[in-house]
Amino acid sequence: MAEAHNPLDQFVIQAWVPIKIGDFDASFTNSSAFMLLSVICATALMVLAVRPRAGVPGRWQLLAELSYQFIAKMVADNIGKEGRSYFPLIFSIFIFVLFGNLLGMIPYSFTFTSHIAVTLTMALLIFIMVTLIAFFKHGMKFFSFFLPEGVPIILAPLMIAIEVISYFTRPFSLSVRLFANMMAGHTLLKVIGGFVVPLGIFGFVPVAGLVAVMGLEFLIAFLQAYIFTILTCIYINDAIHLH
Amino acid sequence: MPQLDISTFTPQIIWLIITFGVLYLLMAKLALPRIGSILEQRQNRIEDNLAMAQNLKRESEVDAESYETAIFEAREQARTSTQLAIKEMSEESQRRQSELNDRLVSEVKSAEERIAQAKKKAMSNIGEMAEDIVLDAAESLIGIAPSKDSIKNAVSAKLREHPEG
Repeated sequence: MAEAHNPLDQFVIQAWVPIKIGDFDASFTNSSAFMLLSVICATALMVLAVRPRAGVPGRWQLLAELSYQFIAKMVADNIGKEGRSYFPLIFSIFIFVLFGNLLGMIPYSFTFTSHIAVTLTMALLIFIMVTLIAFFKHGMKFFSFFLPEGVPIILAPLMIAIEVISYFTRPFSLSVRLFANMMAGHTLLKVIGGFVVPLGIFGFVPVAGLVAVMGLEFLIAFLQAYIFTILTCIYINDAIHLH
Repeated sequence: MPQLDISTFTPQIIWLIITFGVLYLLMAKLALPRIGSILEQRQNRIEDNLAMAQNLKRESEVDAESYETAIFEAREQARTSTQLAIKEMSEESQRRQSELNDRLVSEVKSAEERIAQAKKKAMSNIGEMAEDIVLDAAESLIGIAPSKDSIKNAVSAKLREHPEG
């Protein structure tokens, strides 16, 4: 019971199947298991649920269609016509993060999006991709991105410095936002949960709090997936259209 | 904090790339095109149905319009033919009335002529009849038969006094 009292224990990575590739540790962990589960759930929803190909969709098919249209609209609104080729990637990011967050809401499960290693890897891949897109589209003109039009020449050094810093902090803000939100929420739940048994008969007070925070956490699970996705859209839009 | 345990980074990153890569392939090659085609089919069907409804509506409007004009024309025709019939009938009746009038007038005229002739004839006969009556009366009253000439003279003299009898 002693280890269960530490609210951070839920984030411990446990190697279920140790695998070594050369010098790299590629063990199949609880994190890997939930990534795999997330892929399976997403595939089940997006492939199996639409198997009937019904003209009038059932509940599951409707859910899949609504997810599709939700992200398609987001891409169309934020990037425009050129965004169509990035739609599968953006949709995959959304559904992967969303299922990672939601599966983490199941008690005793593991939330892989609460790890900076995962979110930072995703954010860095997005950042590199966006920078490459910008270079391929605009070549050297890409650097004009760091100097907004109409800025007085005296302010240029300052503006360029600010723009460069803000550009390079993107992957960190993107990854820390998601990881910190998920970690904070789960830690809070665990901390409040720790009060239930010691309070005895008054344990219903933290339980009521848990129910409320649980509701909030479901909202955050969705919201953070949404924010992560829409920021990706905005970054891609910046790369395609510059300012 | 377990998140900062560097030794767990490589398995997480490796499995993230594997699972996300698989998910991306499944979504890009299988799931999204399929859902896209379903949505497109539905959109097309809805648009087709709407277009069909639009066409039918337009057709029915055209039909209603032609029906309207047909009714209007028929009403107009009925009115003109009624007016024509009334006109014809009134002309006919006028014509007949005038014919009848003419006939009556001519009949009255001929009747008057016949009456006049009859009267003349009667007047011309009245002298002879008076002579016969005078002869018979004189014979039976006084037993003498006066000569025909004297009677004729006396009667014509009397008739001249009262030409109309």
